[in-house]
This record gives sequence, C-alpha cells and structure tokens, in this order.
Amino acid sequence: MEPAKASPLLQITGLKKHFPVKTGLFGRPSSSVYAVDDIAFDVHAGETLGIVGESGCGKSTTARLLMGLIPPTAGTVRFDGKIVGSPALPLKEFHRQVQMVFQDSYASLNPRLTVEESIAFGPTVHGVSRREAIARARSLLDRVGLDPIRFAGRFPHELSGGQRQRVNIARALALEPRILLLDEAVSALDKSVEAQVLNLLLDLKDAFGLTYLFISHDLEVVRFMATRVLVMYLGKVAELGPTEALYTKSRHPYTSALLGSLLSMDPDQRTERAPLAGDPPNPIDPPPGCRFHTRCAFAEAVCSLHEPVLHAAGASHAAACHMVPPNGEHSKSGMAMKAVS
Amino acid sequence: MFLATSTKLLEPILHSPGYWRTVWTRFRRDPVAIGAGVVVLALILMAIFAPLIAPQDPYQGMSLRRLRPPGTPGYLLGTDELGRDMLTRLIYGARISLFMGVTPVFVALFLGTTIGVVAGYLGGWTNTILMRTVDVFFAFPSVLLAVAMAGALGAGIGNGLIALTLVFIPPIARVAESVTTGVRTRDFVEAARASGAGAFLIIRKHVLGNVMGPIFVYAMSLIAVSMILASGLSFLGLGVKPPEPDWGLMLNTLRTAMYTQPLLCALPGVMIFITSISFNLLTDGLRSAMDVKS
Repeated sequence: MEPAKASPLLQITGLKKHFPVKTGLFGRPSSSVYAVDDIAFDVHAGETLGIVGESGCGKSTTARLLMGLIPPTAGTVRFDGKIVGSPALPLKEFHRQVQMVFQDSYASLNPRLTVEESIAFGPTVHGVSRREAIARARSLLDRVGLDPIRFAGRFPHELSGGQRQRVNIARALALEPRILLLDEAVSALDKSVEAQVLNLLLDLKDAFGLTYLFISHDLEVVRFMATRVLVMYLGKVAELGPTEALYTKSRHPYTSALLGSLLSMDPDQRTERAPLAGDPPNPIDPPPGCRFHTRCAFAEAVCSLHEPVLHAAGASHAAACHMVPPNGEHSKSGMAMKAVS
Repeated sequence: MFLATSTKLLEPILHSPGYWRTVWTRFRRDPVAIGAGVVVLALILMAIFAPLIAPQDPYQGMSLRRLRPPGTPGYLLGTDELGRDMLTRLIYGARISLFMGVTPVFVALFLGTTIGVVAGYLGGWTNTILMRTVDVFFAFPSVLLAVAMAGALGAGIGNGLIALTLVFIPPIARVAESVTTGVRTRDFVEAARASGAGAFLIIRKHVLGNVMGPIFVYAMSLIAVSMILASGLSFLGLGVKPPEPDWGLMLNTLRTAMYTQPLLCALPGVMIFITSISFNLLTDGLRSAMDVKS
C-alpha cells in the first residue's frame, strides 16, 4: 500500500443516513434506523478499498448513498474535489465516473431486454448513438469473456449466474467510469465462478486503470482483492487500514473477532469458542458510547460513556477504540491488540 | 479511446426468441384460449361485415309479423316486438356492444396506466395525491358509478362511453400502481438510475415493458364487464337509444314478451353471455401464457 499521493479521488465526509421507521401524527418520524451514522473515508485513485462488516452494518446503504440512489440525511461526497450533486458536478455527470455492480445478478438486469440492450442503455442516456452503443456493448461483452455473437442477443434468464454477473460488469463499464462500486458482486456466485470473476475484475482494473470499492462480508475475498480495508459496525467505521496491517495487527476488538471467525485450513487450528456471541444491537436504538461495547470482551466503564473517535494506529491505519490512544481512560489503552492468526 | 470499436462487432448476432414470442408459443398450445380467441375474432368480423352478412334491414319492421318464434320461415331467429328480423339485429348489435365493451376499456387502459405508473414510480406525495383521488372513485360500486355518471351526463352513446371509462380508470390505475411499485425497487431500475437516466426514460425503457403485461391482461378481463355494464345502461335507457340495435337494449324492449316468447327474449342475453365468456377465457389463456417463470 502506497500512501496517498495526491488528493483523494473520492472523499466522503460526515455521511449519515437515518431511515424513519415509525411515523407519528402528521407524518413526523418518531424514531429512526441509524443505518449509516457519520462515516468519513477517502478513496484514492487506483486502489481497491474493501468494506467489510456483518449483515445490517450499513455496507449496502453506504454504497447506495455513494451512488446517489438514496439521498443522505447529512454529509457530502466529493469526487475529484467537487461536491457530487452541486452545479460543479451534477449527479448525471458523476454517474459517468462511478458505476455499480449489484449482488443479485438476475434482479439487476431488465428481464425484457437483451444483454446488449441492457449494456447499451447507459451510453445512450449520455448521448452516444444507438449504433455506437451497441458496438460498445458487444466489444465489452468480448472483454468480459462472453462471445458477443452467442450472447449479445440473449435474455438474462438464459444465462448462468456467473455469465450474468459478467454482463453486469460490462454494463457498469459501458460508461467508461473511473470508479467501480462492487456491492457483494461475487457473493452470490459459487466458489469456482467467484474466482473467475475476481480474476476478471483484477484484469479489468489493470486494463482500464479502475478504482474499486469492494463491499463484501467475505473476509478472504476482501483480503485477496483489497489494498485497504474499512471495517464497519452498526453504521460506523470501526477500523480502517492497509489490508495486511489490518489482517495481521488489527487494533479494534471487533476486527479481531471478525478475523477470529474465519475458518482455518489447518485442522489443528480449531475454533474453540465463538469469537463473537449474539447479534448486533438494534440500529434503531444503538447503545451509548462505543457501539461495540455490548459484545466486546474488553469493555470497561469508559466504553459505554464515551464514543471513541478514529485514532491513528500506524501508517494510514486507524481504529475507533479507546484502547488505541496511548494515554486514554481505558486500562489497556495504548496496548496493541493481540495479533490473530 | 477507452474501447476499440470495430465494424466486426456490428455483425449479426444470434437472437433469442423474445418474451412475446414465447408467450405466443405457449398461448397456441392452449385449446380453450384458442377457441375463445376464434369466437372473439368471429364476433369482431361479424360486427365489421354486418351489412354483408345480415339477411334483412335492422330497422325495417312489419307489425303483421311481430314476435315470431325462432325457426319461422324467412326469419331464422324470429322477429322482435316491432317485427324486425332478430338475426339481423343480433348481428348489428355486435357493433355497438363490442364498441361499448372495448373502447372505454382501452381509453381507461391508457389513462389508468399513466396515472398508476407515474404514482407508482414517483411514490411519495405524488403517489398519495393521485391514488387517494382514484380511491374516491373506487369507493363507489362500479354499476352505481356508471349509472350515476350516465344519468348525470344524459343518455347517449358518447356519454355512456365517458361514464364507463371513468368507471374503469380507478381499478386499472390501482393495478398499474401496485405492479409498478414492485418493479421500481428492483435492482435493474436502480442500475438504470445509477447510469444517470431520468424518470421518463426509465419508465419508458425499463418499467413499462415489465408492467404492461399484467395491466393489459387485467384490462382485457374488464371488456366483458364493460359490455355487461353498457348493456345495463342501455337496459335502463341511459346508454344506446332505440331504434339502435344493441343487445342490452334489446333485452329491455323484449322483456314484455318474456311469457309469450321466452326463447326469443333470451337471445340477446345469450349473445352477451357468449361474448363475455369468450373474452374471459381469452384473458385467462393470455394470463397463463404470460406467466413465464424465467
């Protein structure tokens, strides 16, 4: 991982999304789900930023916020220094630069359109002639490993899951974006197909100079793909750091617990007890202080009182834990987490 | 450039049969639906070519041969209360009955789909305002609404059409809204939004193709209802006026002969029955043919 050279390509600050759940009299929301609660991070050109976390931690909401598919409650997204949605960078222009691949390969293709029509749709929206868009669609199909003569005229239900996800990647690339947001893009595929698609993604990244935001719950896949990893817990950033540093010297107990849940290939390395018990707390009513303190083995009084901020814990490595700063109120403050695996 | 565009890539590709071709293949294998389709087609042809098929003049009566039973020489299906040939009038009656059955449904299909799809796609306040307005009309029983409308507007074919159209807009808008709401949240619509397309383009390219099927099938099922309602309006004297040959109106004027010529009185009803059941069976066939689980 090389340190940030220039200004970040994508800069997210204070991003929040609260979904009102109950509506009181006169449509006033009485309580909210804090799906994404004040997160900030940068994405640098050419890197692959992995975003991991349990189901419901806000990974997908973050993706949809970044794409402008849902309006944020607060916060801004800057692309190339320009605020997305401002006159300097309208959403439509932003969408040419950032595209997304969804998890469900079938649901993300219009069942009534042929594969090439689906891929060509984006370019036609941005003023490319239909003929040229179709030509681009076919060349992209070729690029993602699907023979255009055989596949361009097919409908989504006539393809396998892996082939459909290749089509989705081609569709995302049709606008010639600089960032590709992959929201659990390989999670629904079986392992051998997943490996092929991952290799295709690595290959495309090199060929087109792409930047990836790779959202997944699969820690092994993220380790394989990502240069930096962001760990989310209950709508917050728990830890952010270079992949190897984070996987070998994690500084947040939650990251350690997640990594501890990985199954080892070595039969002697048995998981004796569950590294993390229970479900995440209800995001409608998140616990006070550190959101992880209800499940954390190291929780102390300070953890339920004060919310930890992201503390620097090494070169471009940060964790939101009271144990990270050297002279905090936590009895173990300043101690490095025991390396897992 | 990002990608090389070569002319080779515009060579012909292998095309899969489209959705509608698959539907047609399935429809063709359904004998009941095909039978109903043939009957509907025959009725339509009968209506179009009525002057060529009908043996007599539909308006020319003769008081000496009133209310003859079916089978009377020269009058295959007998004569009505003014001595006009029943067969002729039943053939001509298909014109107005089919017209009154199909036209309001198609106008309502266009308007109801527009309202429902816009409400369903945009959601929020637009949805609330549009759909609550529709619900006001929906709250009335359809027959009552049609009679009230036609009564308020006055008798006549045009007013009958307007009344029936207003009756059918709410249910079609409801169906359109519910299927659109289902499609709107699908990932491919999100993907289309993520490519920067506006609402109009997404509705045209991604929503309509996926909602038109169910809406169309539902509208088809309303054709029979519309015909019966139109007949009902005519029967009450609110739709077609005499001496136009209309099945509903004929039922009305012949009802006085119910005890003397029951078979004759039932004939227009039989026509209404055949037509509406054919449309219903055709709709059922279409519905199951379109239910392609892919």
